[in-house]
Amino acid sequence: MAKEYGEVQLFGVGGSPYARRVRIALEMKGVQYTYFEEDLRNKSDLLLKYNPVHKKVPVLVHNGKPLAESLVILEYIDDTWGNHPILPQQPYDRALAQFWSRFIDDKCLPAITKAAFTANKEERDNSAEESLEALQFLENELKHKFFGGETIGLVDIAAGFIAFWLPAIEEAVGLKLLSCEKFPKLHKWGQEFTNHPVVKENLPPRDKLVGFFKARYASITASK
Amino acid sequence: MENLGNKFKTIYINIAIGLTRTPSSIHRMQYNILQKKKSRAMAEQNKVILHGMWASPYVKRVELALNHKGIPYQYVEEDLANKSDLLLKYNPVHKKVPVLVHNGKPIAESMVILEYIDETWKDGPKLLPTDSYKRAQARFWSNFIQDQLFENSFLVLKTDGEAQQKALDQVCEKLNLLEDGMKTYLAEGNVGVENNFGILDIVFCSIFGAYKAQEEVLGIKLMVPEKFPVLFSWLMAIVEVEAVKKAAPPYEKTVAILQRFRQSALKFSAAA
Repeated sequence: MAKEYGEVQLFGVGGSPYARRVRIALEMKGVQYTYFEEDLRNKSDLLLKYNPVHKKVPVLVHNGKPLAESLVILEYIDDTWGNHPILPQQPYDRALAQFWSRFIDDKCLPAITKAAFTANKEERDNSAEESLEALQFLENELKHKFFGGETIGLVDIAAGFIAFWLPAIEEAVGLKLLSCEKFPKLHKWGQEFTNHPVVKENLPPRDKLVGFFKARYASITASK
Repeated sequence: MENLGNKFKTIYINIAIGLTRTPSSIHRMQYNILQKKKSRAMAEQNKVILHGMWASPYVKRVELALNHKGIPYQYVEEDLANKSDLLLKYNPVHKKVPVLVHNGKPIAESMVILEYIDETWKDGPKLLPTDSYKRAQARFWSNFIQDQLFENSFLVLKTDGEAQQKALDQVCEKLNLLEDGMKTYLAEGNVGVENNFGILDIVFCSIFGAYKAQEEVLGIKLMVPEKFPVLFSWLMAIVEVEAVKKAAPPYEKTVAILQRFRQSALKFSAAA
């Protein structure tokens, strides 16, 4: 029985891990939506109208009502479409899921980005240390096949960056963070996650991503 | 000697009363003792401990939430220069306050704690809207205030001269965005803050609630009603809420810590 979804639109960019999070959640729940690919150098009027505060992707528009910020959008999707829940039911488990997804966005991703894309070597090295510490916390936290248990949940979706974007960054800039010796569970998790039937269909082409990161690295080190 | 006599007298009377009690009154006594044991057990079952620091805006959020919901809790003041073993055990990832410990289970990160409180204590006022879109908006704007306004406001406190002016311009820019956002959001059914006091009010209050002290220390008025009419009247309504009044630290204490913080930040940057 097809649920009444209303009109759902998603504004995103192919290579954006944040936009991909939203696509994964919508597709897991079987929600029909229209996707709009944005050109970040030439943002559409609609995007600027729907996200005047940040002017960024992803933006979800449900029945004309816009939402920005991927984690906010993910929780909204879970609240609105109850099938294939991505957040646990129990308040304490929900709190842990929210804690770890915030950790990924506030600590993990910025450290990894800085470890790769900073001109100053000392800053890069410091950020690499921070990244390893952050990854260790996640490694310790992983107790099942996925962070969400036997199925993927909010934390897995948020951590998608680590499973797919991080290896692409590592290849592009010659950095090694997610080694399977240091992080066996996380490494295995990364493979399980990227092979998940819904996730597999929702990842950008790897070579394109590596190319994008190579160019970004080149522009930063060139301006040194 | 007299005390001992009185003691024996009390014991003698109690024995006499006991002997004269009817079986039903004994059962009632046993029932009352059992009820007292039960409610003590329940109070322990719902044991809430907040590890905090009195001047932290993050801790303030949790205090406001607990106060507003009428949840009894034990408060543990942490010395951030010498963190307790318990704090480090409960929050090994960030090693920060606030940490809420509920029946021995720790939760860190103020926004996560607020949502946990709302979901766990379902009686009393709700901190998050029931409508899922409004809930998402409340989360969005709370994040905005936290990510965009807090750091910049802090910077205004830590700097002077050109750097301070730059930080001030940033804050004004963000306040303009918030003013626009709140024009719509608050107009859509948030009537009367006391009835609807929730996470967004809490987060806004945690940053600007001490506006008078901030103005005194900085000599600058941020919340100017002519510039930000919606935010100003929202703030004025917030500081009248019972939970806010209850959690507000003494004015002089706040001024003193802001001044101390500003002086040491300025000294540090001058020495750098």
